[in-house]
Amino acid sequence: MRHLTEIRWHGRGGQGAKTAALLLADVAFQAGKQVQGFPEYGPERMGAPITAYDRISDREIRVHSNIYEPDFVAVVDDTLLHTVDVTAGLKEDGAILINTVKPAEEILPLLKGYAGKVYLLDAGKVCMATLGKYFPNTPMLAAMVKISDVMEIDVFLREMETSLRHKFARKPEVLDGNLKALRLALEEVKECR
Amino acid sequence: MSTRTRMSGNEAVAHAIKQINPDVMPAFPITPSTEIPQFVATMIANGEIDTEFIPVESEHSAMSAAIGASAAGARAITATSSCGMALMWEVLYVAASSRLPIVMALVNRGLTGPLNINAEHSDSMGARDSGWIQIYAENNQEVYDNFLQAHRIAEHQDVHLPVMICQDGFITSHAVQNITLWDDEPIRRFVGEYEPEHYLLKENETMAVGPYAVAPYCMEAKKAQAEAMKRARKVILDVAEEFEQITGQHYGFFEGYRLEDAEYAVVAIGSVCGTVKDAVDALRERGVKAGLLKIRVFRPFPGQEIGEALKHCRAIAIMDRSESYSSQGGPLGAEVTAALYRAKAAAETVNIMYGLSGRDVRVEDMEQVYEQLRKLADGQVSFAEYPYLGLRDGTNDCLSR
Repeated sequence: MRHLTEIRWHGRGGQGAKTAALLLADVAFQAGKQVQGFPEYGPERMGAPITAYDRISDREIRVHSNIYEPDFVAVVDDTLLHTVDVTAGLKEDGAILINTVKPAEEILPLLKGYAGKVYLLDAGKVCMATLGKYFPNTPMLAAMVKISDVMEIDVFLREMETSLRHKFARKPEVLDGNLKALRLALEEVKECR
Repeated sequence: MSTRTRMSGNEAVAHAIKQINPDVMPAFPITPSTEIPQFVATMIANGEIDTEFIPVESEHSAMSAAIGASAAGARAITATSSCGMALMWEVLYVAASSRLPIVMALVNRGLTGPLNINAEHSDSMGARDSGWIQIYAENNQEVYDNFLQAHRIAEHQDVHLPVMICQDGFITSHAVQNITLWDDEPIRRFVGEYEPEHYLLKENETMAVGPYAVAPYCMEAKKAQAEAMKRARKVILDVAEEFEQITGQHYGFFEGYRLEDAEYAVVAIGSVCGTVKDAVDALRERGVKAGLLKIRVFRPFPGQEIGEALKHCRAIAIMDRSESYSSQGGPLGAEVTAALYRAKAAAETVNIMYGLSGRDVRVEDMEQVYEQLRKLADGQVSFAEYPYLGLRDGTNDCLSR
């Protein structure tokens, strides 16, 4: 594990990329880390590209800038690959995680020559199978924890269960679906290069 | 004694309000401070506090209602940002000159235009002559701690002035970070109950608030207000010392970071100071004697102390996050330069405009500022104009990316 891990999230307004970034900061805090989770704000509206960030460290985090050379990038919507430079500054010893239904051969040419690891996840399939609704951020969060190795997976699942149990105290049926989504995403995320 | 948790700057202010449980909060929503009244309204709905929340129709009304409540004898607070505070303008002065200890959570955001919602200090810097005490924060912990100290300063019998507790919009207001929360009981004892000596609802006492003053009396009132601002200096330090006894957190007028032996110093306010600290550490590892003076209290302005703390430096960059369109630089530049002159400092200075409308500042940008300070001290560069940091069009080349 690195002493500082920096993660950048790309999504579209309404898909939960910001929520995923804040949830990751939250669960990393539960695992004993120093954290910083923040969105980049502008004139956000449903469907517009948004960016959010995480810093996770064993040391105090003082810097307050955006992240330009992330260790990991998550793309919650693959249509962004055509319009946003998602691999900008991404470290070659890091990785990119993309939510897509498409095969690797269609995605890889869109990554502007990024030579690091690429992971694909059909987060839509995972959330439809477990939650019955399109909330791709929950599976993407689990997959990001797995590929970034910012915490042990069993610690992540335990802390997520605690916080989801609190969040959905009055909707236990949603709790089960979310936990299944996390576990299924951990199985489904595939390294394609 | 305390709880380690994580929350955003806005949540941290809301938690401070929960612990203080003020009497009245009139507020009108405006980005990026909107969450604060939202959180407070939720706490009231949940029965966690019994603050009277007044949903007003504008910020002018929010401050007017706070003035009315405070004059009546209540502990009154509000929260706002940017053009919200601009709409309070007239009544900001009424609050201060009526000597009402209102506390405002100001989430700093630029004033239009172009229309923008991001961090800048033009809102509070524009109000720097309104008679409000101004205290700034680097992060969520500091804005929480500052808010807890605000009522003690505002309500002190030697002060009786309103206080604005400032933090950078989005950069700290919406960033979730680690924070230590202090237990309710010691904080409630520390903040105490508000027991004003004179107030409108006091039985058997009549008084007027905000009446017309004729010329033979008006100037004396202003002088008395100015004296109260001077007395606030001691009160701010006394309250900080008492706060430190409870929490272990140290606060003063400003924080010097590796400043004592620094040859090159940056003077700044707010969230950028965390970024500057990382730059200072990186430069120190390379043998460069870099340091930071982070201003916490801007009103009253601790000019003498700042001058003394900086006068040994060879070169100083004063960072402004607010244009004053004076053609000479920003408000912090003017005040710090004056303080250095009075301290008979020999340092070279440059006033740098940065971070307007949320323009991001990286550690590398600040390292470049220190490099310019070295060149300035060595006579290799001079600044006829005040430069902008990180401008897209490359104006002021030496400070562009």
